[in-house]
Amino acid sequence: MKKTSEETAIHIDGLNKWYGAYHALRDINLTVARGERIVVCGPSGSGKSTMIRCINALEAHQEGEITVDGTVLSSDLKNIDTIRSEVGMCFQHFNLFPHLTILENCTLAPIWVRKIPKAEADATAMHFLEKVKIPDQAHKYPGQLSGGQQQRVAIARSLCMKPRIMLFDEPTSALDPEMIKEVLDTMVALAEDGMTMICVTHEMGFARQVADRAIFMDQGQIVEENTPELFFENPENERTKLFLSQILGH
Amino acid sequence: MLAMKRTQGRPIFQRVFVVLLISTFGLLVVQNIQTFGSLQDYGLKPVTSREFGGFLLSFLIGASAITFSLPLGIALALGRTSKLPFLRGASTTFIEFIRGVPLITLLFIASTLLNIFLPPGSNFDIVMRVVIMVTLFASAYIAEIIRGALSAVPTGQAEGAASLGLNYWQTQRLIILPQALKISIPGIVSTFIAVFKDTTLVSIIGLLDPLGLANNIRADSAWTGIVWEIYGFAALIFFIFCFAMSQYSMWLERQLKTDHH
Ligand SMILES: Nc1ncnc2c1ncn2[C@@H]1O[C@H](COP(=O)(O)OP(=O)(O)OP(=O)(O)O)[C@@H](O)[C@H]1O
Ligand SMILES: [Mg+2]
Repeated sequence: MKKTSEETAIHIDGLNKWYGAYHALRDINLTVARGERIVVCGPSGSGKSTMIRCINALEAHQEGEITVDGTVLSSDLKNIDTIRSEVGMCFQHFNLFPHLTILENCTLAPIWVRKIPKAEADATAMHFLEKVKIPDQAHKYPGQLSGGQQQRVAIARSLCMKPRIMLFDEPTSALDPEMIKEVLDTMVALAEDGMTMICVTHEMGFARQVADRAIFMDQGQIVEENTPELFFENPENERTKLFLSQILGH
Repeated sequence: MLAMKRTQGRPIFQRVFVVLLISTFGLLVVQNIQTFGSLQDYGLKPVTSREFGGFLLSFLIGASAITFSLPLGIALALGRTSKLPFLRGASTTFIEFIRGVPLITLLFIASTLLNIFLPPGSNFDIVMRVVIMVTLFASAYIAEIIRGALSAVPTGQAEGAASLGLNYWQTQRLIILPQALKISIPGIVSTFIAVFKDTTLVSIIGLLDPLGLANNIRADSAWTGIVWEIYGFAALIFFIFCFAMSQYSMWLERQLKTDHH
Protein backbone atom coordinates (compact mmCIF):
# COMPACT_ATOMS: atom_id res chain seq x y z
CA MET A 1 0.00 0.00 0.00
CA LYS A 2 2.74 2.40 0.99
CA LYS A 3 4.73 1.56 -2.09
CA THR A 4 1.86 2.34 -4.43
CA SER A 5 1.13 5.70 -2.81
CA GLU A 6 4.74 6.75 -3.39
CA GLU A 7 4.72 5.78 -7.04
CA THR A 8 1.19 6.93 -7.74
CA ALA A 9 0.69 10.64 -8.38
CA ILE A 10 -3.05 10.56 -9.03
CA HIS A 11 -5.54 7.83 -8.40
CA ILE A 12 -9.15 8.24 -9.52
CA ASP A 13 -11.55 5.55 -8.45
CA GLY A 14 -15.16 5.29 -9.61
CA LEU A 15 -15.55 9.02 -10.21
CA ASN A 16 -19.04 10.25 -11.05
CA LYS A 17 -20.12 13.83 -11.46
CA TRP A 18 -23.44 15.45 -12.21
CA TYR A 19 -24.34 19.02 -13.14
CA GLY A 20 -27.88 19.00 -11.82
CA ALA A 21 -29.48 16.12 -13.69
CA TYR A 22 -26.75 16.03 -16.35
CA HIS A 23 -24.34 13.13 -15.84
CA ALA A 24 -21.04 14.78 -16.83
CA LEU A 25 -18.55 12.10 -15.73
CA ARG A 26 -19.39 8.39 -15.66
CA ASP A 27 -17.33 5.88 -13.71
CA ILE A 28 -13.91 7.34 -14.38
CA ASN A 29 -11.02 5.16 -13.23
CA LEU A 30 -7.51 6.42 -13.83
CA THR A 31 -4.15 5.93 -12.21
CA VAL A 32 -1.26 8.20 -13.08
CA ALA A 33 2.20 7.14 -12.02
CA ARG A 34 4.77 9.67 -10.87
CA GLY A 35 6.57 11.13 -13.86
CA GLU A 36 3.96 9.86 -16.28
CA ARG A 37 2.66 12.08 -19.10
CA ILE A 38 -0.93 11.61 -20.16
CA VAL A 39 -2.75 13.22 -23.04
CA VAL A 40 -6.54 13.42 -22.96
CA CYS A 41 -8.57 14.06 -26.07
CA GLY A 42 -12.16 13.77 -27.14
CA PRO A 43 -15.00 15.74 -28.69
CA SER A 44 -16.30 19.00 -27.23
CA GLY A 45 -18.50 18.44 -24.20
CA SER A 46 -17.09 14.98 -23.49
CA GLY A 47 -16.00 15.98 -19.97
CA LYS A 48 -12.23 16.44 -20.41
CA SER A 49 -12.13 19.78 -18.62
CA THR A 50 -14.53 18.56 -15.97
CA MET A 51 -12.29 15.59 -15.23
CA ILE A 52 -9.06 17.49 -14.78
CA ARG A 53 -10.83 20.26 -12.86
CA CYS A 54 -12.03 17.61 -10.41
CA ILE A 55 -8.40 16.66 -9.75
CA ASN A 56 -7.63 20.02 -8.14
CA ALA A 57 -11.16 20.44 -6.79
CA LEU A 58 -12.10 23.37 -9.01
CA GLU A 59 -15.20 21.21 -9.52
CA ALA A 60 -16.69 19.16 -6.72
CA HIS A 61 -17.55 15.54 -7.51
CA GLN A 62 -20.41 13.54 -6.06
CA GLU A 63 -19.21 9.93 -6.20
CA GLY A 64 -15.88 8.16 -6.13
CA GLU A 65 -12.52 8.93 -4.64
CA ILE A 66 -9.68 11.08 -5.96
CA THR A 67 -6.27 10.68 -4.35
CA VAL A 68 -3.64 13.25 -5.25
CA ASP A 69 -0.12 12.76 -4.00
CA GLY A 70 -1.34 10.37 -1.32
CA THR A 71 -4.01 12.77 -0.05
CA VAL A 72 -7.67 11.94 -0.53
CA LEU A 73 -9.67 14.94 -1.74
CA SER A 74 -12.27 15.83 0.84
CA SER A 75 -14.49 18.87 1.21
CA ASP A 76 -12.16 20.17 3.94
CA LEU A 77 -10.95 23.60 2.80
CA LYS A 78 -7.42 23.24 4.22
CA ASN A 79 -7.03 19.97 2.40
CA ILE A 80 -8.19 21.53 -0.87
CA ASP A 81 -5.83 24.52 -0.64
CA THR A 82 -2.92 22.18 0.13
CA ILE A 83 -3.66 19.99 -2.88
CA ARG A 84 -4.06 23.00 -5.14
CA SER A 85 -0.69 24.36 -4.11
CA GLU A 86 0.89 21.00 -5.06
CA VAL A 87 -0.92 20.75 -8.40
CA GLY A 88 -0.21 23.37 -11.06
CA MET A 89 -2.83 24.17 -13.66
CA CYS A 90 -2.75 25.99 -16.98
CA PHE A 91 -5.97 27.17 -18.57
CA GLN A 92 -7.09 27.71 -22.12
CA HIS A 93 -7.37 31.47 -21.49
CA PHE A 94 -4.22 31.75 -19.33
CA ASN A 95 -6.05 33.47 -16.43
CA LEU A 96 -3.11 35.72 -15.64
CA PHE A 97 -3.82 38.54 -13.20
CA PRO A 98 -4.02 41.67 -15.38
CA HIS A 99 -3.41 44.15 -12.55
CA LEU A 100 -0.07 42.60 -11.58
CA THR A 101 3.20 42.55 -13.50
CA ILE A 102 4.51 39.29 -14.89
CA LEU A 103 6.94 39.03 -11.98
CA GLU A 104 4.19 39.76 -9.44
CA ASN A 105 1.98 37.15 -11.10
CA CYS A 106 4.73 34.63 -10.50
CA THR A 107 5.61 35.61 -6.93
CA LEU A 108 2.10 36.15 -5.54
CA ALA A 109 1.30 32.57 -4.57
CA PRO A 110 4.81 31.67 -3.31
CA ILE A 111 4.73 34.76 -1.05
CA TRP A 112 1.16 34.39 0.23
CA VAL A 113 0.67 30.64 0.21
CA ARG A 114 4.19 29.31 0.78
CA LYS A 115 5.24 32.34 2.90
CA ILE A 116 8.54 32.60 1.03
CA PRO A 117 10.50 35.89 1.48
CA LYS A 118 10.02 38.27 -1.43
CA ALA A 119 13.66 38.26 -2.55
CA GLU A 120 13.71 34.49 -2.73
CA ALA A 121 10.35 34.40 -4.55
CA ASP A 122 11.68 36.97 -7.04
CA ALA A 123 14.75 34.84 -7.70
CA THR A 124 12.67 31.70 -8.22
CA ALA A 125 10.31 33.58 -10.52
CA MET A 126 13.19 34.91 -12.63
CA HIS A 127 14.61 31.39 -12.84
CA PHE A 128 11.37 30.02 -14.27
CA LEU A 129 10.79 33.05 -16.50
CA GLU A 130 14.21 32.32 -17.98
CA LYS A 131 13.17 28.73 -18.40
CA VAL A 132 10.13 29.75 -20.45
CA LYS A 133 12.40 32.24 -22.25
CA ILE A 134 10.79 35.56 -21.30
CA PRO A 135 12.87 37.04 -18.44
CA ASP A 136 12.97 40.38 -20.28
CA GLN A 137 9.18 40.78 -19.94
CA ALA A 138 9.21 40.48 -16.14
CA HIS A 139 8.12 44.06 -15.46
CA LYS A 140 5.43 44.27 -18.10
CA TYR A 141 1.74 43.61 -17.58
CA PRO A 142 -0.04 40.58 -19.07
CA GLY A 143 -2.04 42.83 -21.41
CA GLN A 144 1.20 43.91 -23.08
CA LEU A 145 2.25 40.37 -24.03
CA SER A 146 1.27 38.13 -26.94
CA GLY A 147 -0.94 35.11 -26.30
CA GLY A 148 1.94 32.67 -26.56
CA GLN A 149 4.01 34.71 -24.13
CA GLN A 150 1.08 34.92 -21.72
CA GLN A 151 0.63 31.16 -21.74
CA ARG A 152 4.33 30.67 -21.05
CA VAL A 153 4.04 33.10 -18.13
CA ALA A 154 1.08 31.04 -16.88
CA ILE A 155 3.26 27.92 -17.00
CA ALA A 156 6.09 29.73 -15.16
CA ARG A 157 3.60 31.02 -12.59
CA SER A 158 2.48 27.46 -11.84
CA LEU A 159 6.07 26.20 -11.71
CA CYS A 160 6.98 28.84 -9.10
CA MET A 161 4.86 26.88 -6.63
CA LYS A 162 7.14 23.89 -7.31
CA PRO A 163 4.17 21.63 -8.09
CA ARG A 164 4.59 17.87 -8.29
CA ILE A 165 1.84 17.55 -10.88
CA MET A 166 0.83 19.81 -13.77
CA LEU A 167 -2.59 19.90 -15.40
CA PHE A 168 -3.11 21.53 -18.79
CA ASP A 169 -6.56 22.29 -20.18
CA GLU A 170 -6.21 22.96 -23.91
CA PRO A 171 -3.28 25.34 -23.36
CA THR A 172 -2.82 26.06 -27.07
CA SER A 173 -6.36 26.14 -28.43
CA ALA A 174 -6.78 29.90 -27.88
CA LEU A 175 -3.50 30.69 -29.64
CA ASP A 176 -2.65 31.70 -33.17
CA PRO A 177 -0.85 28.92 -35.05
CA GLU A 178 2.55 30.64 -34.96
CA MET A 179 2.45 30.82 -31.17
CA ILE A 180 1.44 27.22 -30.56
CA LYS A 181 4.94 25.90 -31.10
CA GLU A 182 6.60 28.09 -28.46
CA VAL A 183 4.11 26.89 -25.84
CA LEU A 184 4.43 23.24 -26.87
CA ASP A 185 8.23 23.54 -26.75
CA THR A 186 7.94 24.76 -23.17
CA MET A 187 5.71 21.81 -22.32
CA VAL A 188 8.09 19.35 -23.98
CA ALA A 189 10.95 20.77 -21.91
CA LEU A 190 8.82 20.32 -18.80
CA ALA A 191 8.09 16.73 -19.72
CA GLU A 192 11.80 16.09 -20.25
CA ASP A 193 12.43 17.33 -16.69
CA GLY A 194 10.24 14.48 -15.49
CA MET A 195 7.12 16.41 -14.48
CA THR A 196 3.93 14.41 -14.00
CA MET A 197 1.51 15.88 -16.53
CA ILE A 198 -2.06 15.49 -17.65
CA CYS A 199 -2.72 17.47 -20.82
CA VAL A 200 -6.05 17.96 -22.49
CA THR A 201 -4.96 18.75 -26.03
CA HIS A 202 -5.62 17.95 -29.64
CA GLU A 203 -2.00 18.57 -30.63
CA MET A 204 -1.22 15.11 -31.93
CA GLY A 205 2.42 15.85 -32.67
CA PHE A 206 2.93 16.81 -29.05
CA ALA A 207 1.04 13.72 -27.89
CA ARG A 208 3.25 11.40 -29.94
CA GLN A 209 6.39 13.15 -28.80
CA VAL A 210 5.91 13.19 -25.05
CA ALA A 211 2.87 11.18 -23.97
CA ASP A 212 3.23 7.83 -22.21
CA ARG A 213 -0.46 7.20 -22.60
CA ALA A 214 -3.30 8.71 -24.59
CA ILE A 215 -6.88 8.71 -23.35
CA PHE A 216 -10.00 9.23 -25.39
CA MET A 217 -13.14 10.48 -23.70
CA ASP A 218 -16.67 10.58 -25.01
CA GLN A 219 -19.91 11.44 -23.23
CA GLY A 220 -18.29 11.55 -19.82
CA GLN A 221 -16.56 8.19 -20.13
CA ILE A 222 -13.02 7.06 -20.80
CA VAL A 223 -13.59 5.11 -24.00
CA GLU A 224 -10.07 4.19 -24.96
CA GLU A 225 -6.70 4.20 -23.28
CA ASN A 226 -3.49 3.24 -25.03
CA THR A 227 0.10 4.11 -25.84
CA PRO A 228 0.24 6.99 -28.35
CA GLU A 229 1.60 4.72 -31.10
CA LEU A 230 -1.28 2.25 -30.91
CA PHE A 231 -3.77 5.00 -30.13
CA PHE A 232 -3.04 6.96 -33.28
CA GLU A 233 -2.04 4.15 -35.67
CA ASN A 234 -4.58 1.60 -34.71
CA PRO A 235 -7.44 2.82 -32.51
CA GLU A 236 -9.73 0.04 -31.31
CA ASN A 237 -12.86 2.01 -30.66
CA GLU A 238 -15.15 3.21 -33.49
CA ARG A 239 -15.71 6.58 -31.85
CA THR A 240 -11.98 7.11 -31.43
CA LYS A 241 -11.44 6.28 -35.11
CA LEU A 242 -14.11 8.73 -36.18
CA PHE A 243 -12.77 11.47 -33.92
CA LEU A 244 -9.16 10.98 -35.03
CA SER A 245 -10.09 10.96 -38.68
CA GLN A 246 -11.93 14.23 -38.13
CA ILE A 247 -9.12 16.06 -36.38
CA LEU A 248 -6.34 14.59 -38.49
CA GLY A 249 -8.35 15.08 -41.66
CA HIS A 250 -7.81 18.85 -41.74
CA MET B 1 6.47 55.20 -15.46
CA LEU B 2 7.12 51.57 -14.76
CA ALA B 3 8.67 52.37 -11.42
CA MET B 4 5.55 54.27 -10.44
CA LYS B 5 3.32 51.39 -11.36
CA ARG B 6 5.37 48.69 -9.79
CA THR B 7 3.72 48.79 -6.39
CA GLN B 8 0.16 48.49 -7.55
CA GLY B 9 -2.45 46.22 -6.07
CA ARG B 10 -1.81 47.25 -2.52
CA PRO B 11 -2.02 51.08 -2.77
CA ILE B 12 -5.81 51.18 -3.12
CA PHE B 13 -6.08 49.48 0.23
CA GLN B 14 -3.30 51.47 1.78
CA ARG B 15 -4.88 54.70 0.63
CA VAL B 16 -8.26 53.72 1.99
CA PHE B 17 -6.65 52.76 5.27
CA VAL B 18 -4.76 56.03 5.66
CA VAL B 19 -7.82 58.15 4.93
CA LEU B 20 -9.75 55.98 7.35
CA LEU B 21 -7.23 56.63 10.10
CA ILE B 22 -7.20 60.36 9.47
CA SER B 23 -10.94 60.71 9.50
CA THR B 24 -11.32 58.52 12.58
CA PHE B 25 -8.87 60.80 14.28
CA GLY B 26 -10.78 63.85 13.01
CA LEU B 27 -14.03 62.49 14.37
CA LEU B 28 -12.46 61.79 17.73
CA VAL B 29 -11.11 65.33 17.91
CA VAL B 30 -14.52 66.78 17.12
CA GLN B 31 -16.14 64.49 19.63
CA ASN B 32 -13.76 65.55 22.35
CA ILE B 33 -13.37 69.14 21.37
CA GLN B 34 -14.84 70.30 24.64
CA THR B 35 -12.23 68.40 26.62
CA PHE B 36 -9.48 70.42 24.98
CA GLY B 37 -9.94 73.08 27.61
CA SER B 38 -6.76 74.80 26.62
CA LEU B 39 -8.26 75.77 23.27
CA GLN B 40 -10.17 78.45 25.14
CA ASP B 41 -6.89 80.06 26.02
CA TYR B 42 -6.46 80.78 22.32
CA GLY B 43 -9.80 82.50 22.14
CA LEU B 44 -11.68 79.43 20.86
CA LYS B 45 -14.98 78.76 22.54
CA PRO B 46 -16.39 75.27 22.89
CA VAL B 47 -19.40 74.85 20.60
CA THR B 48 -22.25 72.38 20.78
CA SER B 49 -23.01 70.25 17.78
CA ARG B 50 -26.10 72.32 17.07
CA GLU B 51 -23.90 75.37 16.64
CA PHE B 52 -21.20 73.59 14.71
CA GLY B 53 -21.68 74.49 11.08
CA GLY B 54 -20.77 75.84 7.69
CA PHE B 55 -18.45 74.09 5.29
CA LEU B 56 -16.64 72.51 8.20
CA LEU B 57 -19.82 70.53 8.88
CA SER B 58 -20.17 69.58 5.21
CA PHE B 59 -16.56 68.45 5.04
CA LEU B 60 -16.80 66.51 8.26
CA ILE B 61 -19.96 64.66 7.26
CA GLY B 62 -18.85 64.25 3.65
CA ALA B 63 -15.32 63.07 4.38
CA SER B 64 -16.36 60.67 7.14
CA ALA B 65 -19.22 59.22 5.13
CA ILE B 66 -16.99 58.83 2.08
CA THR B 67 -14.18 57.06 3.93
CA PHE B 68 -16.31 54.77 6.06
CA SER B 69 -18.79 53.90 3.33
CA LEU B 70 -16.12 52.41 1.05
CA PRO B 71 -14.97 49.59 3.39
CA LEU B 72 -18.55 49.04 4.53
CA GLY B 73 -19.72 48.94 0.91
CA ILE B 74 -17.01 46.39 0.06
CA ALA B 75 -18.08 44.23 3.00
CA LEU B 76 -21.74 44.45 1.95
CA ALA B 77 -20.92 43.60 -1.65
CA LEU B 78 -18.90 40.55 -0.58
CA GLY B 79 -21.73 39.63 1.78
CA ARG B 80 -24.30 39.84 -0.95
CA THR B 81 -22.25 37.64 -3.27
CA SER B 82 -21.36 35.21 -0.47
CA LYS B 83 -22.36 31.56 -0.52
CA LEU B 84 -23.52 31.73 3.11
CA PRO B 85 -27.31 32.22 3.04
CA PHE B 86 -27.48 34.22 6.29
CA LEU B 87 -24.78 36.67 5.23
CA ARG B 88 -26.30 37.03 1.79
CA GLY B 89 -29.78 37.57 3.18
CA ALA B 90 -28.66 40.11 5.76
CA SER B 91 -26.61 42.11 3.24
CA THR B 92 -29.38 42.07 0.64
CA THR B 93 -32.01 43.18 3.16
CA PHE B 94 -29.82 45.98 4.43
CA ILE B 95 -28.92 47.25 0.95
CA GLU B 96 -32.47 47.12 -0.35
CA PHE B 97 -33.86 48.81 2.76
CA ILE B 98 -31.39 51.68 2.67
CA ARG B 99 -31.77 52.19 -1.07
CA GLY B 100 -35.54 52.15 -0.75
CA VAL B 101 -35.61 54.96 1.78
CA PRO B 102 -34.86 58.63 1.02
CA LEU B 103 -31.86 60.13 2.78
CA ILE B 104 -34.10 62.71 4.45
CA THR B 105 -36.03 59.94 6.15
CA LEU B 106 -32.79 58.50 7.47
CA LEU B 107 -31.80 61.94 8.73
CA PHE B 108 -35.09 62.30 10.57
CA ILE B 109 -34.55 58.89 12.05
CA ALA B 110 -31.15 60.12 13.19
CA SER B 111 -32.48 63.29 14.74
CA THR B 112 -35.67 62.05 16.38
CA LEU B 113 -36.45 58.36 16.16
CA LEU B 114 -33.06 57.19 17.32
CA ASN B 115 -33.58 58.76 20.74
CA ILE B 116 -36.50 56.45 21.33
CA PHE B 117 -34.41 53.35 20.78
CA LEU B 118 -31.28 54.47 22.58
CA PRO B 119 -31.12 53.80 26.32
CA PRO B 120 -32.53 56.75 28.27
CA GLY B 121 -30.00 59.31 29.32
CA SER B 122 -27.52 58.41 26.62
CA ASN B 123 -26.16 61.48 24.91
CA PHE B 124 -25.30 60.41 21.40
CA ASP B 125 -24.00 63.36 19.47
CA ILE B 126 -26.29 64.55 16.68
CA VAL B 127 -23.42 65.11 14.22
CA MET B 128 -22.18 61.60 14.94
CA ARG B 129 -25.67 60.22 14.32
CA VAL B 130 -25.91 62.05 11.02
CA VAL B 131 -22.47 60.82 9.97
CA ILE B 132 -23.52 57.25 10.68
CA MET B 133 -26.74 57.61 8.69
CA VAL B 134 -25.06 59.23 5.70
CA THR B 135 -22.37 56.52 5.83
CA LEU B 136 -24.96 53.76 5.81
CA PHE B 137 -26.80 55.51 2.99
CA ALA B 138 -23.67 55.82 0.84
CA SER B 139 -22.46 52.30 1.64
CA ALA B 140 -25.61 50.71 0.19
CA TYR B 141 -25.03 52.44 -3.14
CA ILE B 142 -21.31 51.69 -3.11
CA ALA B 143 -22.07 48.04 -2.35
CA GLU B 144 -24.22 47.74 -5.45
CA ILE B 145 -21.60 49.42 -7.63
CA ILE B 146 -18.93 47.05 -6.32
CA ARG B 147 -21.21 44.03 -6.68
CA GLY B 148 -21.64 44.89 -10.34
CA ALA B 149 -17.88 45.23 -10.72
CA LEU B 150 -17.27 41.92 -8.92
CA SER B 151 -19.37 40.09 -11.48
CA ALA B 152 -17.49 41.87 -14.27
CA VAL B 153 -14.22 40.23 -13.17
CA PRO B 154 -13.96 37.02 -15.24
CA THR B 155 -14.48 33.76 -13.30
CA GLY B 156 -11.11 32.63 -14.65
CA GLN B 157 -9.46 35.04 -12.23
CA ALA B 158 -10.84 33.30 -9.16
CA GLU B 159 -10.03 29.92 -10.73
CA GLY B 160 -6.48 30.98 -11.52
CA ALA B 161 -6.04 32.13 -7.93
CA ALA B 162 -7.63 28.96 -6.55
CA SER B 163 -5.43 26.76 -8.74
CA LEU B 164 -2.39 28.37 -7.06
CA GLY B 165 -3.69 27.53 -3.60
CA LEU B 166 -4.82 31.02 -2.54
CA ASN B 167 -7.72 30.89 -0.07
CA TYR B 168 -10.98 32.86 -0.28
CA TRP B 169 -9.76 35.99 1.51
CA GLN B 170 -6.43 36.09 -0.31
CA THR B 171 -8.25 35.69 -3.61
CA GLN B 172 -10.68 38.49 -2.84
CA ARG B 173 -8.08 40.87 -1.45
CA LEU B 174 -5.25 40.30 -3.90
CA ILE B 175 -7.00 39.34 -7.13
CA ILE B 176 -10.71 40.13 -7.30
CA LEU B 177 -11.14 43.36 -5.32
CA PRO B 178 -8.26 45.31 -6.90
CA GLN B 179 -9.77 44.60 -10.32
CA ALA B 180 -13.34 45.23 -9.19
CA LEU B 181 -12.45 48.48 -7.42
CA LYS B 182 -10.67 49.69 -10.53
CA ILE B 183 -13.80 49.05 -12.60
CA SER B 184 -15.97 50.79 -10.01
CA ILE B 185 -13.93 53.98 -9.66
CA PRO B 186 -16.25 56.14 -11.80
CA GLY B 187 -19.36 54.84 -10.04
CA ILE B 188 -17.87 55.17 -6.58
CA VAL B 189 -16.70 58.71 -7.20
CA SER B 190 -20.13 59.67 -8.56
CA THR B 191 -21.63 58.38 -5.33
CA PHE B 192 -19.07 60.31 -3.30
CA ILE B 193 -19.87 63.52 -5.15
CA ALA B 194 -23.60 62.97 -4.65
CA VAL B 195 -23.09 62.27 -0.95
CA PHE B 196 -20.99 65.37 -0.50
CA LYS B 197 -23.69 67.52 -2.07
CA ASP B 198 -26.39 65.71 -0.10
CA THR B 199 -24.77 66.83 3.14
CA THR B 200 -26.69 70.06 2.60
CA LEU B 201 -29.86 68.15 3.46
CA VAL B 202 -28.89 68.24 7.12
CA SER B 203 -30.22 71.79 7.29
CA ILE B 204 -33.66 70.17 7.31
CA ILE B 205 -33.02 68.67 10.73
CA GLY B 206 -31.69 71.97 11.99
CA LEU B 207 -27.95 71.57 11.54
CA LEU B 208 -26.12 74.57 10.17
CA ASP B 209 -24.69 73.36 6.91
CA PRO B 210 -23.64 76.07 4.38
CA LEU B 211 -27.21 76.46 3.11
CA GLY B 212 -28.63 76.52 6.62
CA LEU B 213 -26.13 79.21 7.45
CA ALA B 214 -27.06 81.11 4.32
CA ASN B 215 -30.65 81.29 5.51
CA ASN B 216 -29.50 82.62 8.87
CA ILE B 217 -27.35 85.23 7.19
CA ARG B 218 -30.20 86.38 4.97
CA ALA B 219 -32.39 86.71 8.01
CA ASP B 220 -29.93 89.21 9.47
CA SER B 221 -31.03 92.77 8.62
CA ALA B 222 -27.42 93.89 8.21
CA TRP B 223 -27.15 91.60 5.22
CA THR B 224 -30.38 92.41 3.39
CA GLY B 225 -30.12 92.40 -0.36
CA ILE B 226 -27.11 90.11 -0.37
CA VAL B 227 -28.33 86.83 -1.81
CA TRP B 228 -26.45 86.06 -4.96
CA GLU B 229 -23.04 86.32 -3.28
CA ILE B 230 -23.88 83.88 -0.49
CA TYR B 231 -25.29 81.15 -2.70
CA GLY B 232 -22.76 81.84 -5.42
CA PHE B 233 -19.94 81.33 -2.94
CA ALA B 234 -21.45 78.09 -1.62
CA ALA B 235 -21.91 76.84 -5.19
CA LEU B 236 -18.33 77.74 -6.06
CA ILE B 237 -16.86 75.85 -3.10
CA PHE B 238 -19.03 72.81 -3.82
CA PHE B 239 -18.03 72.92 -7.46
CA ILE B 240 -14.33 73.12 -6.65
CA PHE B 241 -14.46 70.08 -4.40
CA CYS B 242 -16.69 67.99 -6.64
CA PHE B 243 -14.64 68.85 -9.69
CA ALA B 244 -11.45 67.95 -7.82
CA MET B 245 -12.93 64.57 -6.90
CA SER B 246 -13.88 63.83 -10.48
CA GLN B 247 -10.44 64.87 -11.74
CA TYR B 248 -8.83 62.65 -9.10
CA SER B 249 -10.92 59.70 -10.24
CA MET B 250 -9.83 60.21 -13.82
CA TRP B 251 -6.20 60.48 -12.75
CA LEU B 252 -6.54 57.30 -10.70
CA GLU B 253 -8.04 55.44 -13.65
CA ARG B 254 -5.10 56.46 -15.83
CA GLN B 255 -2.68 55.33 -13.11
CA LEU B 256 -4.27 51.91 -12.89
CA LYS B 257 -4.43 51.30 -16.61
CA THR B 258 -2.32 48.23 -17.35
CA ASP B 259 -3.24 47.11 -20.85
CA HIS B 260 -1.80 48.29 -24.14
CA HIS B 261 -0.35 51.77 -24.07
N1 LIG C 1 -20.86 24.56 -14.79
C1 LIG C 1 -21.56 23.71 -15.54
N2 LIG C 1 -22.90 23.57 -15.38
C2 LIG C 1 -23.60 22.70 -16.12
N3 LIG C 1 -23.08 21.93 -17.07
C3 LIG C 1 -21.76 22.01 -17.30
C4 LIG C 1 -20.92 22.90 -16.54
N4 LIG C 1 -19.65 22.77 -16.97
C5 LIG C 1 -19.69 21.83 -17.95
N5 LIG C 1 -20.94 21.38 -18.14
C6 LIG C 1 -21.34 20.35 -19.10
O1 LIG C 1 -20.56 19.20 -18.87
C7 LIG C 1 -20.16 18.63 -20.10
C8 LIG C 1 -18.67 18.46 -20.12
O2 LIG C 1 -18.07 19.74 -20.17
P1 LIG C 1 -16.50 19.93 -20.30
O3 LIG C 1 -16.23 21.37 -20.20
O4 LIG C 1 -15.83 19.03 -19.34
O5 LIG C 1 -16.23 19.42 -21.77
P2 LIG C 1 -14.87 19.38 -22.56
O6 LIG C 1 -14.64 17.96 -22.92
O7 LIG C 1 -13.81 20.06 -21.81
O8 LIG C 1 -15.24 20.18 -23.85
P3 LIG C 1 -14.38 21.27 -24.68
O9 LIG C 1 -13.52 20.50 -25.64
O10 LIG C 1 -15.42 22.06 -25.41
O11 LIG C 1 -13.60 22.08 -23.70
C9 LIG C 1 -20.69 19.52 -21.21
O12 LIG C 1 -21.81 18.93 -21.78
C10 LIG C 1 -21.06 20.79 -20.52
O13 LIG C 1 -22.21 21.34 -21.11
MG1 LIG D 1 -12.72 21.93 -22.03
